[in-house]
Amino acid sequence: MNYETVIGLEVHLQLATNTKAFCGCSTKFGQKANSQVCPVCLGFPGSLPVLNAEAFKFAIRVALALNCKIQGLIKFDRKNYYYPDLPKNFQISQYDMPLSYDGFIDIPVNGSRKRIRIKRAHMEEDAGKLMHPEGEDYSLVDYNRGGMPLLEIVTEPDINSPQEAYDYLTKLKSILEYLRVSDCDMEKGSLRCDANISIRPVGEKKLGTKVEIKNMNSFKGVKSGLEYEEKRQASVLEDGGTLVQETRLWDAGKCVTLSMRTKEGAEDYRYFPEPDLVPFVVDKNEIEEIRKALPELPEARIERFKKEFGLSDYDAGVLTSQIDLADYYEAVVKLYKNAKVVANWLMGDIMAAMNEKNVKVTDLGLAPDKFAGLLAMIDSGAISGKMAKEILADAIETKASPEEIVKKKGLVQISDAGAIEEIVKNVIVREVKSVNDYKSGKMAAMGFLVGQVMKESKGKANPGKVNEILRKLLGD
Amino acid sequence: MEKLCSLTAHKLKELMVKGDTTPLVIVEQLFSRIEKCDGKIKAFVLANKEKAVKNAAASKNSGKLAGVPVLLKDNICVKGELTTCASKILAGFKPPYDSTVTRKLEDAGAILIGKANMDEFAFGSSCETSCYGPTKNPWDTTRIPGGSSGGSAAAVASDETILALGSDTGGSIRQPAALCGVVGLKPTYGRVSRYGLIAFASSLDQIGPITKDVEDAALLLSVIAGYDEMDSTSVDLPVPDYAKALTNNVKGLRIGVPKEYFIEGLDKEVEASVRSAIELLKSLGAEVKEISLPHTEYAVSTYYIVATAEASSNLARFDGVQYGLRADDAKDMIDMYIRTRSQGFGNEAKRRILLGTYCLSTGYYDAYYLKAQKVRTKIREDFDKAFQACDCIVTPTSPTPAFKIGEKTNDPLSMYLSDIYTIPANLAGLPAISIPCGFSKAGLPIGLQILAKAFDEETMFRTAYTFEQNTEFHKKRPAL
Repeated sequence: MNYETVIGLEVHLQLATNTKAFCGCSTKFGQKANSQVCPVCLGFPGSLPVLNAEAFKFAIRVALALNCKIQGLIKFDRKNYYYPDLPKNFQISQYDMPLSYDGFIDIPVNGSRKRIRIKRAHMEEDAGKLMHPEGEDYSLVDYNRGGMPLLEIVTEPDINSPQEAYDYLTKLKSILEYLRVSDCDMEKGSLRCDANISIRPVGEKKLGTKVEIKNMNSFKGVKSGLEYEEKRQASVLEDGGTLVQETRLWDAGKCVTLSMRTKEGAEDYRYFPEPDLVPFVVDKNEIEEIRKALPELPEARIERFKKEFGLSDYDAGVLTSQIDLADYYEAVVKLYKNAKVVANWLMGDIMAAMNEKNVKVTDLGLAPDKFAGLLAMIDSGAISGKMAKEILADAIETKASPEEIVKKKGLVQISDAGAIEEIVKNVIVREVKSVNDYKSGKMAAMGFLVGQVMKESKGKANPGKVNEILRKLLGD
Repeated sequence: MEKLCSLTAHKLKELMVKGDTTPLVIVEQLFSRIEKCDGKIKAFVLANKEKAVKNAAASKNSGKLAGVPVLLKDNICVKGELTTCASKILAGFKPPYDSTVTRKLEDAGAILIGKANMDEFAFGSSCETSCYGPTKNPWDTTRIPGGSSGGSAAAVASDETILALGSDTGGSIRQPAALCGVVGLKPTYGRVSRYGLIAFASSLDQIGPITKDVEDAALLLSVIAGYDEMDSTSVDLPVPDYAKALTNNVKGLRIGVPKEYFIEGLDKEVEASVRSAIELLKSLGAEVKEISLPHTEYAVSTYYIVATAEASSNLARFDGVQYGLRADDAKDMIDMYIRTRSQGFGNEAKRRILLGTYCLSTGYYDAYYLKAQKVRTKIREDFDKAFQACDCIVTPTSPTPAFKIGEKTNDPLSMYLSDIYTIPANLAGLPAISIPCGFSKAGLPIGLQILAKAFDEETMFRTAYTFEQNTEFHKKRPAL
């Protein structure tokens, strides 16, 4: 049978404020355990939370960028459950009145666009981290992360494939990076994603049994986990079985999802309004000011890149997907006018290097002016395109500037007709058979001869000139 | 020389300014009083003589409470000092920080002398749920002092402190003040910072003074009141000069007497004292009128849903992980929670946690918690309406004088009704004061409650002060 996959995603985003959501503790990552705590984020008796105005602003920025409506009255609730990483044994969150709701993100699907609706985005506080020392009969808690501001972004079940889920996350991350509200680093846990997935026979209106998947630590992990899960669900149904509503954990090592708990074990969180935080009416002017101060977002930048630089929809999409890449592109284009050429280089060798090293463009150590200089050397004929590729790789590897590399290796291209003619003559004298082949009509011999000239010149001869001179001397 | 520990704070200040006494003399006299009486009364869970003497000796006589001893209820955090809420589960807990009121008292020059006994986590009206055992009523030590701030009230009544702070969630300052024959004041919700008050029910709790007279209550409130950026529920309004409100004049003041408060269960002697108090105010020029607060009968049940719901969540943090008691021999994490909480909480705490948890559970939330919130709004609206016709409301504080120790411990519902007259002020967030207004034939104190509009403590003070100036009840002290 053919099945349709239905996916909804929940993203927990750590907002990169200087201080925690409800106290003045630092949010700096990677500090000594329990060094960034106070009575408030440790939930000590008698302590009270006070909302961090910056965290609220960050949350509103995201909500507006995701095209959400903003709640008129901001209210917090308590989510009650016992766990040692939660010092008060309740989490300050938002239940029936999320800070924002009814938004959307458009993602590219098969050359057109698909709208993924955002159901809600609400604020809450993060929990601490449990550590289980190996071989010991105790656990430790680090509360540094406890009380950090989170925004939980929940989609409607509008996602129909693991690839769409991946594209949604990529787009979301891109928007969040533009807003500079989070470093979106899944490895550090500043962005976490849980997924709800069900399948149903194509044409069926009723949703299938939903399974929640947790513990996916990268966008690729989300995709793989969902791919595994849609196959698993289909095979259960194909074998005549029934699916159970449950939470499953993705095991990235074994590439399987494993059952964690079924719905019967689901907790009653006993939500009720947080009495320590007074609900407040949103200042409409403040929201408008935040809206006005929003940076240019990826969608707008795609349109501008198409218009300003004559890029295709696809190229503009790729180049704007990361804010650093888009900024870099614009910086290079300011210095080197052929925007299309810059685009090709960025989407080719530069992005390949970024992927290989898993770094941002700004971490490659190649300043925009150096890169523009390299492109200019090709145009002036000082180096060939092929040489430029090698110089680029070298520059990224050694962090030396392209000019330095050219100088050091003596890589300047030979374009002088006299010098090239010398080499061509030597080759014609030496490769008699190929010369005769060419003259008797075997055009392929020309390629061999050019190759010989290039070899003789150690790759420095200008290939265009070599061709031209060869043809002239062979009497074309 | 007069016995200093029987004096009020304002009188002692006078003496200190004149040079007739010093903070050190006061504190030393006070501690000999404590050593003499507290074996009988058991108002203190911590008497910090060494620190108090040191601070008194170093006192520089500036600030509104310079050199004046103050006793804190055991649910108010003092940095590095035992703060247990009279519960085993907080055994050995020393907060790493000061409550805002502690800081304000110290800034005003007050000398903190220790911690007062209370019902465990303020759950009770008799001080009997304390893990340290009950405090005794100084007027009759076979009787309860009221609660939950029973230790604070008994200490003030027995001259074991000059001033005390209590906390009031449903009457926990006013009811013990009434039963011990002293003044007890619950400020408007948001008037005093709750930062560092170990929460019972966050939307109802308020810290307030327990004192020997109204002038001291005004003085102490003026020190602890005010906006605190550490408490989002504190209100950013200027603190008036309460001393200016202490005028012996109620001419033209409109006093409302709610008909719903004079009902079955109200002790005849209490009713008689309250009625004659109202007559006195009338004779002093107040205009007395009957008013109606129609939703009064739902106040107690509403309160026990809202308060226990919040308490069940507030007390979830006592789990043995970070501080206080952790039970031994736990098999695993869940077992540690269960053992710690089973051993650490007393019966009344367990009863309220269960009740509150139940009220918030899926399937019951709408019927209990949500409905209670709606009734709470109705009760608040009752007061809004009533205050269109009057400036303050006068009622009994407690339906009976102090009852016998053990009399109601096995009858929680009858215990809960002790707060029937005090609960509405908490639900509506209004200021209310209890002042002495008589004695029963058995010689037990009776309290008069005066409520005013939110943030109109001044009218409340004016009424209370006028009554006090024209009566002698507050001057009577128990023989110990």
